[in-house]
Amino acid sequence: MLNFSNSKVLTIYITFILISFFSLSNFLNFESPFLKKKINLGLDLQGGSYLLLEVDSSALEKRRLQSKVILLKKALNKSLIKFDNFSINDDSIKFTTEEKNFKEFEKIFNLKGSNEINAFLDKYNSFELDYTIKNNLISIYLSKYGIINLRSAAVDQSIEIVRRRIDEIGTKEPSILKRGNNRILVELPGIKNPERIKELLGKTAELSFRLVTKDNVEFGSENFIITNTQEEISVSKRIILSGENLIDAQPKFDNLNNQPIVSFSLDRLGSQRFGRVTSDNIGKRLAIILDNEAISAPVIQDSITGGNGTISGNFTFQTATDLALLLRSGALPTPLNVVEERTVGPDLGKDSIEAGIVSLIIGFLLVVLFMSFKYKLFGIIANISLISNLLMLMGILTLLEATLTLPGIAGIILTVGMAVDANVLIFERIKEELKGENSNIQAFDSGFKKSIVTILDANITTLIASIILFIFGSGPVKGFAVTLSIGLVTTLFSAYFISRHLTSRIVFKNRDNKITI
Amino acid sequence: MINNYNFEQKFKLANITSMILVLLSILMIFFKGVNFGIDFKGGTLMELRCDSTNIQISDVRSSFNQLDLGDINVKEFGKKGDFLVKFERKSFDDKISIKTIKEKVSNELQGNVDFRRVENVGPKVSKELLESGLLAISLALAAMLFYIWVRFEWQFSIGSIIAIFHDVLITIGLFSLLSLEINLSIVAAVLTIVGYSMNDTVVIYDRVRENLIKYSSLKIGEISNKSINETLSRTIITSSTTLLALISIFILGGEILKGFSLAMIIGVIIGTYSSIFVASPILKYFNVSFKTISKEKENN
Repeated sequence: MLNFSNSKVLTIYITFILISFFSLSNFLNFESPFLKKKINLGLDLQGGSYLLLEVDSSALEKRRLQSKVILLKKALNKSLIKFDNFSINDDSIKFTTEEKNFKEFEKIFNLKGSNEINAFLDKYNSFELDYTIKNNLISIYLSKYGIINLRSAAVDQSIEIVRRRIDEIGTKEPSILKRGNNRILVELPGIKNPERIKELLGKTAELSFRLVTKDNVEFGSENFIITNTQEEISVSKRIILSGENLIDAQPKFDNLNNQPIVSFSLDRLGSQRFGRVTSDNIGKRLAIILDNEAISAPVIQDSITGGNGTISGNFTFQTATDLALLLRSGALPTPLNVVEERTVGPDLGKDSIEAGIVSLIIGFLLVVLFMSFKYKLFGIIANISLISNLLMLMGILTLLEATLTLPGIAGIILTVGMAVDANVLIFERIKEELKGENSNIQAFDSGFKKSIVTILDANITTLIASIILFIFGSGPVKGFAVTLSIGLVTTLFSAYFISRHLTSRIVFKNRDNKITI
Repeated sequence: MINNYNFEQKFKLANITSMILVLLSILMIFFKGVNFGIDFKGGTLMELRCDSTNIQISDVRSSFNQLDLGDINVKEFGKKGDFLVKFERKSFDDKISIKTIKEKVSNELQGNVDFRRVENVGPKVSKELLESGLLAISLALAAMLFYIWVRFEWQFSIGSIIAIFHDVLITIGLFSLLSLEINLSIVAAVLTIVGYSMNDTVVIYDRVRENLIKYSSLKIGEISNKSINETLSRTIITSSTTLLALISIFILGGEILKGFSLAMIIGVIIGTYSSIFVASPILKYFNVSFKTISKEKENN
């Protein structure tokens, strides 16, 4: 255990220097992108706001089911299936029919490929809807996968809206992530007052159709600049139609000029109003306003009565897709609910860093003094190994661009306290071996050998606990698990290689002298 | 220095004490209950700093009481003029938004009020956090049970798990007794205690296993005693350095880390005690002998 070949020594110290070197990039500004990595500060240290938003998709599910009603009736009529007592409630469509029709119903219901009523979800290899037959009553409801699909689509759309709105506010480096099935995690560093953001995220996207006016009208008017053309238009304050009346929006290509457009469909009430207004105002311009920005203001060519329309505005297919997506989730009836919120002011964050660093330094000094006092020369070895341990811990945290939180700092301090354990185990063991052994080298050798098993066992148990904490922990607590886990690994490295190598140097130098620990 | 204390003699007394403490803790947890923080109970927490140091805790309480938010818990938090306010809200989408609360309280209290921290946890999330916390602790226990069973024998596994239960229950019992808040960071502390206590136990068990082979004629009681003595200085030194680090966090690490470091300090002390006085006697009660481990060797 005490013999180190030159190449081994070289490997150990090169590894150590390489890893620790990265910790420097937190203090110096390197140009190279590889060395630009830094340890991120958690929101609790740099200040900022953490919001957990929940998407309530129940209304969406209901609407999805509603959208099937006409299609279903059409299909039933087409296949000459007679049905009675057709009804729809929150989670199912029900109707009665004679038993002889069951087969035919199942056939049209479970048709793979272009099935208009019941889409086949390739992702889940399953249908969107399910049904049960009880006596003569057929109930149709969303299948498990249909719901999952709907939900994840709803969350994806919401994330897009959230991102867009947060970007508009102009916060630095926001992080927006999907959490579980129906939640969105938003982290906003540097935001002290998340109220405005919460208000914005709580609203559905505001889409409105308003007439362009030349002069003052009874409702008043306001000016907009069309984003693409920079044309300034004066728009009536009277809202003809808002996003609430939108059922669906899809990107399409214009049949005439093959330009990407967004087609939308309106609900009954919206269709009526849209039809009336467009037939009364042929030749005038209709402005389409989204979140207080004019997308376009086309001239009304004809009355639009079918409840379907298109928006063109110099889109690429991508932007048309994006707009359609925005409009679709804008039509979501349910705003996002904030279910968890944590905001830390920047000065509290600063105080926390200071307190954390002060306690780290003091804790570190206390341990170093204790070890030097207790083990003298070997205490210094333990301390060197402790310092290299900390440097490597910092280096790895930097390499991983890990997020340091206040509990994370606590994890580092705890590592300082527990890291010497490995050295203590070794030294105590060697002490025992020295009693029964004449040769120093023999005693040290077997001391290392015997203690290493214990060290591994002991550290692996703690590692198990911290890995589980990492998986299940949330927020700042995760930061604790990260530093503790990495700390355990660097502890093993520094005890097994660095302490052992330094000890071997001393032992070989004093092979015939009496060594006391 | 050779340690030669007779721990074996004190096993009985220690075990009775432990049992009483565990029982008291369980009774405490059941009857007094634990003081869950907003992480697990839901509600709102606000840390505020008032410019003027004349503001008393009663002023803060009355300014919040006017908002009719239900039960309000106010306490001083570190420096003078710093307060921690907690309240449970009946429904999360209350009409009274945080913005309104901030405005009203700022108006009510003279001088500049800085809201340093605002945390708001909905009932659904708090329930989930509690569940995942309990799940994490249970999984950690199960994983260790398995690890020790693989590395040692089932008797060791049971011994170490009983020791861990002992530590965790007494720590939570103490928190209940002192009405200290249990929040997310306490779960982290408990998991670390679990790891630390196990670490400590494993060191002694490793030595027991070694000594069982070395002195196959000795009884388990004597072997335990010998092993505890041989590892005693390590046990004390490691506990001391860990405690030094923890005390440094407790005193200097700021108010937010106080509960966490206190739980850890209690846990480390109890964990050290339990590996000597709980985990080791259990081997004796199971009558672990050289045969127990030699069987393991044969099976391999």
